[in-house]
Amino acid sequence: MSTTLVSDAVEPYAIAFEKLRGELPGGDRVTELRRGAMQRFGEIGFPDVRQEEWRFTDVSPIARTEFDLSPSAGSLDAADLAPYSYRDCYRLVLVNGHLAPELSDLAGLPSGVEVRGLAAALGAGSEAAEAEVGRHAAYAEHPFVALNTALWRDGVLVRVPRGVVLDKPVNLVVLGTPGGQPLAFFPRVLVIAEESSQLTIVEQYATLGEGRYLSCPVTEIVAHPNSVVDHYKLQRESSSAFHVATFQIHQERDSNVSSHSISWGGDLVRNDVNAILAGEGCEANLNGLYLVEGDQLVDYHMRVEHVAPHCDSHELFKGILEGSARSVFNGRIYVHPGAQKTDAKQTSRNLLLSRDALCNANPQLEIFADDVKCTHGSTVGQLDDTAIFYLRSRGIGEEAARSLLTYAFAADIVERIRVPQVRQELEEFLFRRLPKGDIVRQAV
Amino acid sequence: MSLLEIKNLYARAEEQEILKGVDLTVEPGQVHAIMGPNGSGKSTLARVLAGDAVYEVTDGQALYKGQDLLDMDPEVRAREGLFLAFQYPVEIPGVSNVYFLKAALNAIRKHREEPEMDAMEFLAYVREKMKLVKMEESLLQRPVNDGFSGGEKKRNEIFHMATLDPVLAVLDETDSGLDIDALKIVADGVNSLRDDKRSFVVITHYQRLLNFIVPDVVHVMVDGRIARTGGKELALELEERGYSWLEQKVATGAAAPVEA
Ligand SMILES: Nc1ncnc2c1ncn2[C@@H]1O[C@H](COP(=O)(O)OP(=O)(O)OP(=O)(O)O)[C@@H](O)[C@H]1O
Ligand SMILES: [Mg+2]
Repeated sequence: MSTTLVSDAVEPYAIAFEKLRGELPGGDRVTELRRGAMQRFGEIGFPDVRQEEWRFTDVSPIARTEFDLSPSAGSLDAADLAPYSYRDCYRLVLVNGHLAPELSDLAGLPSGVEVRGLAAALGAGSEAAEAEVGRHAAYAEHPFVALNTALWRDGVLVRVPRGVVLDKPVNLVVLGTPGGQPLAFFPRVLVIAEESSQLTIVEQYATLGEGRYLSCPVTEIVAHPNSVVDHYKLQRESSSAFHVATFQIHQERDSNVSSHSISWGGDLVRNDVNAILAGEGCEANLNGLYLVEGDQLVDYHMRVEHVAPHCDSHELFKGILEGSARSVFNGRIYVHPGAQKTDAKQTSRNLLLSRDALCNANPQLEIFADDVKCTHGSTVGQLDDTAIFYLRSRGIGEEAARSLLTYAFAADIVERIRVPQVRQELEEFLFRRLPKGDIVRQAV
Repeated sequence: MSLLEIKNLYARAEEQEILKGVDLTVEPGQVHAIMGPNGSGKSTLARVLAGDAVYEVTDGQALYKGQDLLDMDPEVRAREGLFLAFQYPVEIPGVSNVYFLKAALNAIRKHREEPEMDAMEFLAYVREKMKLVKMEESLLQRPVNDGFSGGEKKRNEIFHMATLDPVLAVLDETDSGLDIDALKIVADGVNSLRDDKRSFVVITHYQRLLNFIVPDVVHVMVDGRIARTGGKELALELEERGYSWLEQKVATGAAAPVEA
């Protein structure tokens, strides 16, 4: 029976938690949070496809895998890290969920700004960390948030104090180094932008080595009044990786958060992106681009909640699917009573480059205020034959023409990326990935 | 050798027969005009020549420089010097007009075993061509045809043509909808490229264009066939009399075998 299956799958996590709980960081509140989360995970277990939120994403391969739940950090050197370390950034590196201070670089960090390991921050009694961790990402209905909340070993705290504009992006590199027994880790990221502050953060997820693993991060962003946060996520893990992430945004009055989530790696990838626009005058721009091939699955579950009036949210997601890859885009916009003058716009576009690729796009608007503007649109299509012919008629070969148009499809996301290192990385990836990429490189 | 020799060409799309035995021969250095009523198959002929896979050739042949044109991929035709200016140029957001042209030109040069142009050379080269069609610099940097006005699109086609330096250029209604200034720019562009080797096939509805681009030969296409061929005075006659007298001729001609 399925209940036995659930408890079978859950048991190793409960055992690991019992074993580890003494050494997991956090004061009273965080410890209590962990306990509650573990208990909740025990109750709900892994989701199955009969649940609405997991209808198209079967996580049973994760539930079935026996993970090493407290993998060691391993030892990496600067050369291993080179492909992921961007110049002109404050850098923090996590390896298998452990902070790697020797690979990090925080030189020149302005005083008063915190960019540090989360465990260390809690250990040193950081009030902000102790107060805010787990306050925003709710675990009750989300088993993977529950797992992360219970089991996270380390992560990152970014806190930019009132009025400070952080001069360089924070580059967070989360590496998995699988090999041998599959491993799982649960990085925790907390970003606090205090009143009228401004910061840019880039989360990178990557793999060194081969083998199964699960990376299961939770990132919470708290944008205080009038703050500006520019967030990027680059998920480029190996094709043996499971990646199940939750990104939780809490926005206070007049704050402005923009996020670009780029995903081309992983075997099974699930991203929950939740934004709560709690104060008046907020703006949230949530964009994404995913490229999947082979048997890859990428699932974006968006939930934007307009709680206060006069807030704008704009979502633009684009997907490029090849092989028998699948994508899911579930876009929920929830407008609370009283959130008048909401302007919410959601667009999802998918480009299918093969016959076997499949996408599910599902907009869900729940509107309980009457003076609002909410629009959504989703398209699924192939490359335009007329455009291919037009390019070929000018001497461009067929493959190059297809690649050019594919690039062009992605271009409006690429162009929105304001961190040159990230933008360049994505462009380079596209030139590598697309057939005749050298011609595309010339032509764009 | 003729530059282009079309014999008894039949083509169809979606079960509909469109070209029904086209014969047309173009010598090097000539300008041919093709006129004819809406839906008679002019664009279809142009697109079949350029290699649009939407159309299926069911009979006949087309020789280009003595080679089987219909056997070549569209990009090979372009690299061999065939150019089609589209009746409805396609908007391609995300691909810059100038970089795209550079990639196209280099693909053509590579095919001709000429060295590729680097960015500096290309820019100098392209500036010359821009003058020819009075293109604004801003249209270079924008994505291909994206948000261009009708006139800008047509001019961009001529600009592409001038840059890619074709041997045979087919212009499909490049004059339609243009004001007189834009029309002159297009015509000047074509005229400046005329020489004893390069040929043009100019599809148009309006004899006005032919005041500026004076053709050597004028054809009238009716119902998928060349119904009449003459000198430039034929265009004037068409302007006066319309097409109906030719359409009737074709109708009776087509009816004849059925009656027999
Ligand atoms: N892709 C296609 N599929 C089906 N029918 C087509 C297709 N292209 C053209 N046709 C049909 O073939 C006929 C000829 O069309 P074509 O565009 O070649 O005419 P035209 O002479 O260029 O007309 P116009 O002067 O209006 O541009 C028309 O009846 C048209 O509807
Ligand atoms: Mg036409």
